[in-house]
Amino acid sequence: MSGEPKQISCAEFQSHLSELIGSGADVSAHPHLQNCALCQALLADLQTIADAARQLFTNVEPPDDLWKQIESAIEKEENEEDKDTH
Amino acid sequence: MPQSEVPAHLADPAENESVTPQPPAEPVVRYAPASAPDPAEAEVLARAQAGDHHAFAQLYALHKRRIYSLCLRMVGNIAEAEDMTQEAFLQLHRKIATFRGDSAFSTWLHRLAINVVLMQLRKKGLNLISLDEAMEPTPEEGPGRSFGAPDLRLSGSIDRLALERAVADLPAGYRLIFILHDVEGYEHNEIATMLDCSIGNSKSQLHKARLKLRETLQAQGRTSAKETQS
Ligand SMILES: [Zn+2]
Repeated sequence: MSGEPKQISCAEFQSHLSELIGSGADVSAHPHLQNCALCQALLADLQTIADAARQLFTNVEPPDDLWKQIESAIEKEENEEDKDTH
Repeated sequence: MPQSEVPAHLADPAENESVTPQPPAEPVVRYAPASAPDPAEAEVLARAQAGDHHAFAQLYALHKRRIYSLCLRMVGNIAEAEDMTQEAFLQLHRKIATFRGDSAFSTWLHRLAINVVLMQLRKKGLNLISLDEAMEPTPEEGPGRSFGAPDLRLSGSIDRLALERAVADLPAGYRLIFILHDVEGYEHNEIATMLDCSIGNSKSQLHKARLKLRETLQAQGRTSAKETQS
């Protein structure tokens, strides 16, 4: 009752998924996916997450007083350099 | 709270996106485009390299959002992100004269900021590629448990806040690789060099990070579904 001998299990497929994705190959063409809805859904979700990461993260403004802090840190550093050189 | 205004001539053209959750036409923060740099910025850069403080302040205004946001994503908390941003611009001030224009300035500054953050994290004793994280059991437990039924499938659209929260909750090593690869667009070989790990390690940590995010987002989905039911 084990079906076709070459069919691999979900666990086996998933244990290789990281390498498969990392290899840049077209994972969606993998034979296991042709009749496994579970792993199809997994792959689609991982793709959705990667796409969302690329699109959803927006840049935010740092607090206004940060520049003041940086400016004084720079000044301090330059004063120390002056001391060293004179 | 009103966003502070950046004068139009200082605003980074890549960052004019509004808060719309719709996917923008192109990725938000990637490498600087290969196109010719803005001549106005080139002039500011040259003056800053010559030691002009006002020009350096302009460079800060141009790049602060991108660098602060990068730091914030990498470390996951505001106080540290401010420290890291300050350290990055201090380093920039020290090194700006050495910038030779082999790469786009924004790319160079981005890398400098990443190195600052990684150095600070290492100083704090954080193991960037944690063995514990890498060894964490994941798919071996079988598809039934970890990889729920198709009805748990993410809907194909992910809420921005939900994703940001899930990313902030990732273990530090996973978060770094996810941010560098999926958000900032670096390749595994570049990440392996930055983090001093193997390319295979970078790939497997990224995969585990995405699996963990999926788990978190599914759990959030179940919770909110229950809330709407009751
Ligand atoms: Zn399967």
